[in-house]
Amino acid sequence: MIHIEHVSKKYKKADNYSLSDLSLFIDEKEIFGLLGPNGAGKTTLISILCSLIKPTSGSFSIKGLTYKEHKNQLKQLIGIVPQEYALYPSLTAFENLKYFGSMYGLKGKSLDEKIHNSLDHLGLVKFAHKKIDTFSGGMKRRVNLIASILHNPKVLFLDEPTVGVDVQSKNVIIEFLQELNKNGTTIIYTSHHLNEAETFCTRVAIIDHGKLIVKGKPKELINNNPGAHNLEDVFISLTGKALRDHA
Amino acid sequence: MHKLMASAHKEFLLLIRDIGGIAILFIMPLVLIVTITLIQDSTFKTVADTKIPILVVNNDQGTVSETILEGLKDSNAFEVILENTEEAAKNLVFKGAYQLAIVIPENLSSGLEQKVAQNVDGIISKFGLEEETDSLTKIPVESKEVKLYFDPATQVSFKSSVKNGIDKMVSKIETQSIYKAFQEQITDDPTEVIFETENFITFKEILPKTDNKDIIPNSVQHNVPAWTLFAIFFIIVPLSINIVKEKSQGTFVRLRTNPVSYATVLGGKTLIYLTVCLIQFVLMLLVGLYVFPAIGLPTLDVSGRLPLLFVVAIFAGLAAIGLGLLLGTIAKTQEQSAPFGATFVVILAALGGVWVPVFIMPKFMQTLSNISPMNWGLNAFYDVFLRHGSLLDILPEISLLFLFFIATTIIAIVYNEKKNTV
Repeated sequence: MIHIEHVSKKYKKADNYSLSDLSLFIDEKEIFGLLGPNGAGKTTLISILCSLIKPTSGSFSIKGLTYKEHKNQLKQLIGIVPQEYALYPSLTAFENLKYFGSMYGLKGKSLDEKIHNSLDHLGLVKFAHKKIDTFSGGMKRRVNLIASILHNPKVLFLDEPTVGVDVQSKNVIIEFLQELNKNGTTIIYTSHHLNEAETFCTRVAIIDHGKLIVKGKPKELINNNPGAHNLEDVFISLTGKALRDHA
Repeated sequence: MHKLMASAHKEFLLLIRDIGGIAILFIMPLVLIVTITLIQDSTFKTVADTKIPILVVNNDQGTVSETILEGLKDSNAFEVILENTEEAAKNLVFKGAYQLAIVIPENLSSGLEQKVAQNVDGIISKFGLEEETDSLTKIPVESKEVKLYFDPATQVSFKSSVKNGIDKMVSKIETQSIYKAFQEQITDDPTEVIFETENFITFKEILPKTDNKDIIPNSVQHNVPAWTLFAIFFIIVPLSINIVKEKSQGTFVRLRTNPVSYATVLGGKTLIYLTVCLIQFVLMLLVGLYVFPAIGLPTLDVSGRLPLLFVVAIFAGLAAIGLGLLLGTIAKTQEQSAPFGATFVVILAALGGVWVPVFIMPKFMQTLSNISPMNWGLNAFYDVFLRHGSLLDILPEISLLFLFFIATTIIAIVYNEKKNTV
C-alpha cells in the first residue's frame, strides 16, 4: 500500500537531518501509528507523504502511484487532518465542509447529505450553521477531521488528531476513525498519547532523531521489551528520558 | 468550473462576514474622493474668491507704484496691506505671518520716466525731430529692482504664478510709459490718440466639443478617475492579506493536498475582488453624480461614456488584482503584505500621475511612469472622461493592463509551484 524507501529530509539552514534513510511499508487497512518525541520527524514524514514537502532523497509510493506521475489521482486518494485547525474561522462548519468537499469535485445533495451525516456522527449537527470561531478546540478538531474524509479517501493521514481535546471528544474521534478503518480506509496517524496508540493502532513505528528505531504491533513491542508494561515503557526505554526541546 | 465557483462563493462569504473590511473597502474610497475633490475645488475657489493678504512696502510713492497697487487690488487675488519698512515686512513673511511681501524701490516712477524719456528722445533725435544736444546731456539711470519675499513654506506653484503676474504687470507699465513718452514728444494735445495701447496679440483656449458644446474640464472630471483608480488599486491590500491569512490559518495547507490547482483558487479570488472593484467604481460614479452637486461641487459628466468607463474599470481592476495575487503569494506575513501593499499603491499613484501630472516630472520619472499600471489606467480614464476617446483610443492602455494582470498572475502561480512542488 505505502512503500517508503530510504527517505531522508534535511531542511534548509538545519544542521541535522529531520528524517534519515527511513524505509517503511504500511499495508492496506492498517491503523499505523507514527510515534516519537518532539522533533523526531513524524510531521515531516506525514508532510512528505501528503506532498506538502519534498524529500531530500529517497522515494515513496501510495498504491503504486507517485506524485510526480499521478498527482491528482493521489490527491483524490488521500485525506489529511493537519495538526492545526485548517478551517476558515468566519465560515460556519457547514460552509467550511461544503467548500472543502467541492474541492474534491463533490456537489449537490450528495455532498450536503455526506456533510450532514458526518456532523451527526461526530455530534456536531446542531452546530452545523455556527461559525467555527465560536467552537471549542474539540469541536474544531472534529470538523477538521470531517473536512478530510468527505471524499472517502483510501488513505487518511492524521497529525496529532486528538491533541488538546477533552476525553469525550477524543473518544468520539477514535470511534469514528475505527469505523472508517472498518470500511476500508488505511489510517496513518501521529500522536503523543501512547495509551491511545496502544489500543487504537494495529502497528506502530517509533521514530527518533529522524531514524526508525522500531516497528511492530504494540503488544509485540511490549513483550519484546523486558520490564515494559505498556507502550510508554517501550517508548521511554528506546528514546530515553532526556527532554527534547528544540527551536 | 464547479471548483472555481465554489472558490468564488467561499471568497464572497469571507468578505461579507468581515463588516469592518467591507466598510474600509467601500466607504474609505468615497471619503477619500469627496475630501480630495472638496480640497482641490476649494483651492481653485480660494484663488478666485478669497483674497490672500500680502504686504507691500511702497518706497516709491509715485505713479508706477500706484499702478502696481491698483493692479494687485484689481487682480482680486490679494488683500494689500501696506508696511513701512522692508525689514519689518521681511521678518513677518519669513516667520510665516504672510505668504508674500513686495518691496517697491525708491524713485521707481521717476527713474522709469527718466529712462523712457531718454530712450524716446534718442529715437526721436535719430529721426531729426529734436535737437542733437538733448541726447548729449543724457544722464545714466540706475535700473530698479522690485523685491519679493516669500514665506519659505510657500509652494513653488504659488511663487511661480505670483512672479509671472508681477512680471506681466511691470512689462505693461513699461510699455505704457513708452507710449506715453512718445505721445508727449509727438503732440502737445494729450487727448489726441496716436497709439492704440490695446494688445494686438491675444490668446483663446479652444476646448474639445461634443454636439457643438465645449467640454469644460473641472476638478470633478479630473479627480473622480484619478482617485477611483487609486481606490481600485488599494484592493491589493485586503487581497494580499486574504492570501497570507489562508497560509497562516492552515487552510492553504489543506488546499495544497486537495485536487485543485492554485490557478482555480486564485480565479475564485479574482472573480469576487473584481466585483468589489466594480462596486467601488459604481459608488464613486454615484457620488460624482449625486453627492457632489448636493455639496456644491460640479456634477460628474458621464453622458454616453458609461460602457467605456466600465471597460476601463474592469481592466484596471484586473491589473490591481494581479498585483494583489502576486504580493499575497510572495509575502509570508500580514506585516509584510499590508505595509508593502499600501506604500506600493501610493508609489504607483505618484508615478502614474495621480498627484503631479506626468509631463512635468523629470525625464527619468516620466520613463518610470510609462511602466506604472496606474498611469495606463489614468490615461484610459482621461481618454474617456476628458478627451471623449473611443474603444480604439483606449485599446493600447487596456491591453497593457490586461497583460499586466496575466503576467503577475502567471508569476504568482509559477512562484507557488516552484515553492511547493514535490
